[in-house]
Amino acid sequence: MTTTSDTRPASGPVDSAAVEPRTLTYSEAVREAMAQAMAADDRVFLFGEDVGTYGGAFGVSGDLVHRFGTERVRDTPISELGIVGAAVGAGLAGMRPIVEIQFSDFTAQAMDQIANQAAKIHFMLGGAATVPMVLRAPGGSGTGAAAQHSQSLEAWFAHVPGLKVVMPSTAADAKGLLLSAIDDPNPVIVLEHKLLYKQSGPVPEEPVRVPLGETAVRRTGTDVTIVATGVMVSRALEAAERLAADGVSAGVLDPRTLRPLDDRTIVDSVAATGRALLVQEAPKTGGFMSEIAARIVESPAFGRLQAPVSRLCGLDAPIPYAPQLEQAAVPQVDDIVTKAGELVRRW
Amino acid sequence: MTLTTDPESARHALTTMWTIRRFEEAVDDMFARGLMHGTMHLSIGQEAVPTGACMALSEGDYITSTHRGHGHCIAKGAKLDAMMAELLAKETGYCRGRGGSMHIADVATGNLGANGIVAGGVPIAAGAGLAVRMRGGSEVVVSFFGDGAVNEGAWHEGVNLAAIWDLPVVFVCENNRYGMSMSVDRAFNVDTLAERAHGYGIPGVTVDGNDPQAVHDAVADAVQRARSGGGPSFVEALTYRWKGHSKSDKNLYRTREEIESWRERDPIAAFEAAVTGGGATAGAATAPALSASDVEECRTLARDRVREAIRTANAAPDADAATLTDAVYAPAGEPIAGGARA
Ligand SMILES: Cc1ncc(C[n+]2csc(CCOP(=O)(O)OP(=O)(O)O)c2C)c(N)n1
Ligand SMILES: [Mg+2]
Repeated sequence: MTTTSDTRPASGPVDSAAVEPRTLTYSEAVREAMAQAMAADDRVFLFGEDVGTYGGAFGVSGDLVHRFGTERVRDTPISELGIVGAAVGAGLAGMRPIVEIQFSDFTAQAMDQIANQAAKIHFMLGGAATVPMVLRAPGGSGTGAAAQHSQSLEAWFAHVPGLKVVMPSTAADAKGLLLSAIDDPNPVIVLEHKLLYKQSGPVPEEPVRVPLGETAVRRTGTDVTIVATGVMVSRALEAAERLAADGVSAGVLDPRTLRPLDDRTIVDSVAATGRALLVQEAPKTGGFMSEIAARIVESPAFGRLQAPVSRLCGLDAPIPYAPQLEQAAVPQVDDIVTKAGELVRRW
Repeated sequence: MTLTTDPESARHALTTMWTIRRFEEAVDDMFARGLMHGTMHLSIGQEAVPTGACMALSEGDYITSTHRGHGHCIAKGAKLDAMMAELLAKETGYCRGRGGSMHIADVATGNLGANGIVAGGVPIAAGAGLAVRMRGGSEVVVSFFGDGAVNEGAWHEGVNLAAIWDLPVVFVCENNRYGMSMSVDRAFNVDTLAERAHGYGIPGVTVDGNDPQAVHDAVADAVQRARSGGGPSFVEALTYRWKGHSKSDKNLYRTREEIESWRERDPIAAFEAAVTGGGATAGAATAPALSASDVEECRTLARDRVREAIRTANAAPDADAATLTDAVYAPAGEPIAGGARA
């Protein structure tokens, strides 16, 4: 089981003897990772729509253009396929590009370069070339942006061998995982979450890497293992807090990277608790939590299950505009509390 | 049709432009007061383009629209209360609160929809044109899009399909000088976007997009060509967006002076001056199309229509979450001919 430095304590305050770490917002943490990578290595550069003077559609690149210039923080026309293809080419030819796509929904425009080119070139060429590139894009609902600006598309990417897929849920991971993604010689899709951009947390000042492929244990518990991704991690933690008050001990695991996936940590936890609740914002059918469910039931944890493996997901519908509908379309804290409580009490 | 001399056309054009302006101002205000959700792209300053273009269309003609689509929708004849209800997340909205600002469509008036995807409507317009052609219709499709859309692959593919198949489509570019923060000067290596048309072998013209007459004339020409089997055309209308791109825009990429210089070229003020005879019109002296009190009437009518729409929308029931998954798939309808049941 891997417990990382940014793991939140099961309860109570952080050890007061420890030095109070500096806090940043998630978006500041992403920016700091890019700045440190660009400062350290001339090959690293950022490009995308409105990443320059505008500072990025969600303000993530901020002042980077003033620090690194328009050559390395490069505005592009609205041409997602061209942008991602240019990153593939730049990566092949020796650079370390970071591409920002304004909303993860617009990776659809760029899908040929992502799935047919970036993902496959290293393999198709028998290992003779690498495509070291990072594609950052925010996903998720909750901002009233409706069906074409709110999707959670991680399963699309996770289904393509050759891509690595990262979903940071804390500010520290937003920085540490992005640095690992930039180091990586493969194309890495980093799916940020719009609702997390303004959330703060402790972030190391040094360019500390968080390795790809380590599930974080956000909270330990003995009755049920909740596995959650993206914005669902903080919702699961809030739910676990409420469940504890009800006498239910829920652990919360955050895979952080879907490819490579550290399923060991998940399987071990489920073997110990006997119950798994898998929570994602994306629609249920064909979602990534189905993969995690399959890994659990294919593992020796199967024999220890005391309840059916259960998924709590977004509705099988596009994300609607109206706030009350948008809320109803994806799991909320109450839903997690109810479902986890049911699993424990019924089985 | 001469918008500035024919009283009925002048009245229609002016009322439409004021309705768009008042609608957008109301949305801006409600948004600022937290009464509206999501994000909004306002078309204040660009009212002459949809107004002039849609006056060149007939009933049954189609449009495809954009994220900045309220003006297109209004100019094509949509109901203001159903638009407002959509923005206010009501069950009576055009999309029952599912779509919001970026997805308003009014299929009854031929508006095939706003679009959250830049250039998303361009190949769709080509397809609608193909349908018209294949079923032997005489309708025309106008596809509205911004300058930014012209650099999307979808734009090029859609325009080329319309060109090679001679489809009845008019591509209307609202060149407001920016795609978010990216200026046309930085995004293009050509002097006018209309030049792009030549690469596809179709006519392309650039007109003053703040003059509804100029837009109307260019689009009317193109519509006539399309309707008579002459294929698609491209009309570039030069205009300017007064407001930020959306609510998150801090306007860091353009100067106050630039914005001010375009506000001085207010399409509505210029049109009012022209129709009341204050404008410099070439040719013989004609009686002004509208009097000062006519103009006042148009303004009042626009204001009242928008107020009424807000009142009606506010009184409507909220969109209902219980039926959220209802409309994901269409119910089984009439099968195609020649089917046999298993
Ligand atoms: C495929 C795609 N890429 C990016 C965006 C984000 N975006 C929305 S509007 C816009 C600018 C569009 O510029 P333009 O086409 O000139 O229209 P305008 O906003 O000026 O009316 C951008 C980048 C999007 N909605 N869709
Ligand atoms: Mg524009």
